[in-house]
Amino acid sequence: MKIANEALLSTHGLRMHYGRGSGLVRAVDGVELAAAAGEALAVMGPSGSGKSTLLHLLGGLQRPSAGEVWLAGRRIDGLSEKALARLRRQTIGFVFQAFHLMDELTAAENVELPALLAGRSPRTARRRAAELLERVGLADRTGHLPSALSGGERQRVAIARALVNEPLIVLADEPTGSLDSAATVEVLRLLDSLRTAGQTLVVVTHDARVAAVADRLISMRDGAFVEETRLSLDSGGRLGERLGALTGLEG
Amino acid sequence: MGRILLICRLAVRDLRRRPAEAALLLVAMTSATATLTLALALQGVTGQPYQSTREATAGTDVVASVAAPPSGGQPADLAALKALARAPGVAGHSGPFPYTQAPLEVNGITASAWAQGRDTAAATVDQPKLTEGSWVRDGGVVVEAAFAQALGVGAGDRITLDGRSFEVAGVAVTASVPPYPKVCFAPCRFGAASEAAENTSQPGPEGGPEGGPESGPESGPEGGPESGPPPGARERVALGPGGLIWLTEADVRGLVPTARSLAYVMNMKMADPAAAPAFVSARWSREFATPALASWQDILYGHARVAEWKQTTMMLASWLLGLLALASIAVLVGGRMADQLHRVGLLKAVGGTPGLVAAVLLAEHLAVALLATVTGLVAGRLAAPLLTDPGAGLLGRADAVPLTLNAIALVTAAALGIAAVATFVPAIRAARTSTVRALADAPRPPRRTAWLIAISARLPVPLLLGLRLAARRPRRAALGLAAVAVSVTGIVAALSTEAHRYAEKAPGDDPRTALSQALSLMVILLVAQAAVNAICISWATALDATRSSALARALGATPAQVSAGLAAAQVLPALAGALLGIAGGIGLAEIFDDDPVTVPPLWQLLAVVLGCAVAVTALTALPARISARRPAGEILQTELT
Repeated sequence: MKIANEALLSTHGLRMHYGRGSGLVRAVDGVELAAAAGEALAVMGPSGSGKSTLLHLLGGLQRPSAGEVWLAGRRIDGLSEKALARLRRQTIGFVFQAFHLMDELTAAENVELPALLAGRSPRTARRRAAELLERVGLADRTGHLPSALSGGERQRVAIARALVNEPLIVLADEPTGSLDSAATVEVLRLLDSLRTAGQTLVVVTHDARVAAVADRLISMRDGAFVEETRLSLDSGGRLGERLGALTGLEG
Repeated sequence: MGRILLICRLAVRDLRRRPAEAALLLVAMTSATATLTLALALQGVTGQPYQSTREATAGTDVVASVAAPPSGGQPADLAALKALARAPGVAGHSGPFPYTQAPLEVNGITASAWAQGRDTAAATVDQPKLTEGSWVRDGGVVVEAAFAQALGVGAGDRITLDGRSFEVAGVAVTASVPPYPKVCFAPCRFGAASEAAENTSQPGPEGGPEGGPESGPESGPEGGPESGPPPGARERVALGPGGLIWLTEADVRGLVPTARSLAYVMNMKMADPAAAPAFVSARWSREFATPALASWQDILYGHARVAEWKQTTMMLASWLLGLLALASIAVLVGGRMADQLHRVGLLKAVGGTPGLVAAVLLAEHLAVALLATVTGLVAGRLAAPLLTDPGAGLLGRADAVPLTLNAIALVTAAALGIAAVATFVPAIRAARTSTVRALADAPRPPRRTAWLIAISARLPVPLLLGLRLAARRPRRAALGLAAVAVSVTGIVAALSTEAHRYAEKAPGDDPRTALSQALSLMVILLVAQAAVNAICISWATALDATRSSALARALGATPAQVSAGLAAAQVLPALAGALLGIAGGIGLAEIFDDDPVTVPPLWQLLAVVLGCAVAVTALTALPARISARRPAGEILQTELT
């Protein structure tokens, strides 16, 4: 499902403040953002710059103090919790730094869970999970528990889970933050393949290598956007070079 | 010494940090210790009022009665009765007094009355003690106090006896009959000798061993006397639960068509009252024409059965509550360990041994147990008089309920035992947790139950989430199930007993319904304890499920679905527990009640099951709502840091 030639995701004057008086923390401070359908956007910044909070606001996991969030032509910052849940179920896929897999569920069961929550039949959900696990290269690990998977494998399961309901947008929070270099490469390859397939992506990270995946890079500091860089449109070639370098890191 | 002080200091500090948990533990354990105290305090309380009544009424040692044979024609064998007065060991007697059974109508109630003819002068043996009004006169009857209370009559009221109107001249107590409605004269037979003969199926004096009051007659409030056709008016009155009234002899004779159909009762004083059971046993016979005998010990047993039954109820309640307290503590300690892992790691990192960690936890709960012992002993002692009322049929009240050193020791041991058993396993497990893992505060990995996960995939989202949540912590789910099963067992046992009592309820205000006090108290305590337990389990589950619930919301589950899932995680084991409890309760009633068990009406059983589901849902609602209100992003972010 694509919405072409218009911002799939946008924010206007987005703010998220905690505390008051001298203890006021401006986690997100007046962010203006627009991501087109099929665009891969990377938000970079140091720890505490407000990246994760921004991602939670974009995904409706937290409500902003002020400002607007629009997704697929619909303002979502004022939606009820129930409506937000339905929106997340149908429109958004999340990837977390800590993977957040259910420890007691196998890889396949983790992936199929959002499909079951969306009301798909168990058979359809399981078939879709199998397809996605094959796509992320884990066809032989479907019955493994997260504790039996490596970090990179867990994150690939999490990515498969994010895609199970064919979301309009995938929001990834430090997807390589808990991974070693080899696992980072695995995940970067996967994210790049998603971008190439036209999946809209917003990735927040403090890792410069992740930027290789994006069409556009936004730098964030103290809750505000400070710089924006549009990367080469010939992203395939540029990414190939970057990934080549990263592969070198593996060796 | 320094180590003990350290343990005590750490334990006290930890208790202060968690006053709500400590309070819940205290409530859970106090209800168990208070009920146990009540059960122990009820031992032998009815003996005192009965003895007072015996003294005040020149109480009989043996009651002998004889009725006319059912074939008619032959009168009652009065000579056999009079011969008993000359038997060795008999020191005195009153009577024989004529009696018959007649229907009594008053206040819209029809009851069966044993109408006994008496002299207007006081008898030397068994002279009923008036509590109201005056003694019998022509046209004026005296009603036995428990019977009068059941019928709601007093001096000055009018009653109809076999169609004839009488004035109630007075109300009196006597020690010569078991409590209403178990009053029994020939041809009705009761007493230890009667029961022994029943058990051996060998009628006659040689039929059974010598009975005593401890062997128990069938005529207690729970059992029915052996009955035969009533004397005199048997064609007109169905023999059922009855009470005693006294009239003048002339009035009694006026109730029967012919003097040949009268029955007779004689009250005997023994030289050695303790020998009364042997006297009765040696002369017991199933023969209709032979006098039916009952010793004062048999009659006392009839009265004591009421208190004994209450005591059994309280003892049973204390066991059930003890089990519930055990479950509550186990859940609280388990939840606390999950929450306190970091602290355990810190203790160990600065040199605390696993033994120290376990000792601190144990010390905390033993301290709560000791406090619960004191509060339970005091509460039980204060509440005991509420259950020791001997009823209207006896004089006075039970004296100060004795609380022996043995009882105190037993209650203390029970409380400490519960605390030690419930704390031991989690404490040892916490102590054995690796320091690194404890410092990392890594939660205990959840259990995987593959078949439940597979089944849940086919269910609606709330049930899917609920079943998986319950399956993550099977031990906690089992504790929840067991707690509900124990509570429902007690409730259904109480309902079964009540249903039985109402099924054979005597006319009027059946004094046996006073036993409902004990049942109600048991049910209230069980429900309260079960609520404490459900709160403990709900909070522990909600805390444990914080991350998975937030994740489910991030993946598209609505807050309502997550809350319903959390409730379902409690309700599903609770429903299973309720069903188990129904079977257990009926079985328990069967074990503890002498009579065949009466299954409570279906609507009551359904109400218990639905009540459990509603109560557990309601108790889960608060933690579920609080958990669902916290933004999922915040929870998942916290998990990361």
